[in-house]
Amino acid sequence: MARVIVDVMLKPEILDAQGQAIARALPRLGFSAVASVRQGKRFEVELDGPVDDAALADVRKMAETLLANTVIEDYTVTVERAES
Amino acid sequence: MSAARVGVVTFPGTLDDQDAARAVRHAGGEAVPLWHADPDLKGVDAVFLPGGFSYGDYLRCGAISRFAPLMEELIPAARAGLPVLGTCNGFQILCEAHLLPGALMRNAGLHYICRDQRVRVESTATPWTSDFTEGQEIVLPIKHGEGRYVADAATLAALEAGGQVVFRYAGSNPNGSMNDIAGIRNEAGNIVGLMPHPEHAVEDLTGAPSTDGRGFFSSILKRLVNL
Repeated sequence: MARVIVDVMLKPEILDAQGQAIARALPRLGFSAVASVRQGKRFEVELDGPVDDAALADVRKMAETLLANTVIEDYTVTVERAES
Repeated sequence: MSAARVGVVTFPGTLDDQDAARAVRHAGGEAVPLWHADPDLKGVDAVFLPGGFSYGDYLRCGAISRFAPLMEELIPAARAGLPVLGTCNGFQILCEAHLLPGALMRNAGLHYICRDQRVRVESTATPWTSDFTEGQEIVLPIKHGEGRYVADAATLAALEAGGQVVFRYAGSNPNGSMNDIAGIRNEAGNIVGLMPHPEHAVEDLTGAPSTDGRGFFSSILKRLVNL
């Protein structure tokens, strides 16, 4: 199946309390070189047809309306597999 | 004269609809159950969006509820002036629906917080807060994991300048919200959202920290009766 990836991340200026907690835990596990961690979401959207311009526009619309809250989050859309 | 009719919305995962309906009746109104899947506001005069974990808080709190069939009716009605109050998850839904600006995020300390909270009333210029006085401190229960209000700098400045901050945490800020914001209203003033729970603070019998929540319900009923 054709597959499009939508990655959603908090905007840089938004405090990521979960990412901070993860970053604080890592040194305790011996990962001492971690400067910071930010947590986001990855959506794998499988499409029936090929990923043409219209399909990609639809995925962007999904990201804009539901997958991301653009008040606090940015998103990127990447085509992983263009043909079904 | 028939009682003012306040709709109380139930989504899958809503918890506080029974308390909200009881609070409406306690104040002398008629509570009208509204179902998320039924796009019918049943001619109500105002709407209460109660708290809970609608749709399991999947994706983001309120993100899926915002597209429920009922919301497709509620959103234009609210934009046209229907009084709407959202508490806790209801506040989150109002933000996701862009009826209120900003967003509610995971508490700064990451803990779910359940406690009695002092709250200062900053604006009485809404149909839900007219029975309070400006600067009045009230005590309401809070119970949330995602109540940290955030907005960009321009939005925050506009909220402050326009008197749209309706409630601020007093004493200590439980969740790290910007400017200690506990609740806001839209520009027109008919839509109010807050994290604390007035519907849990209307009767001594239930062990509530106060009966300060009554002010919300007496405010809206006075408003509706005097229309």
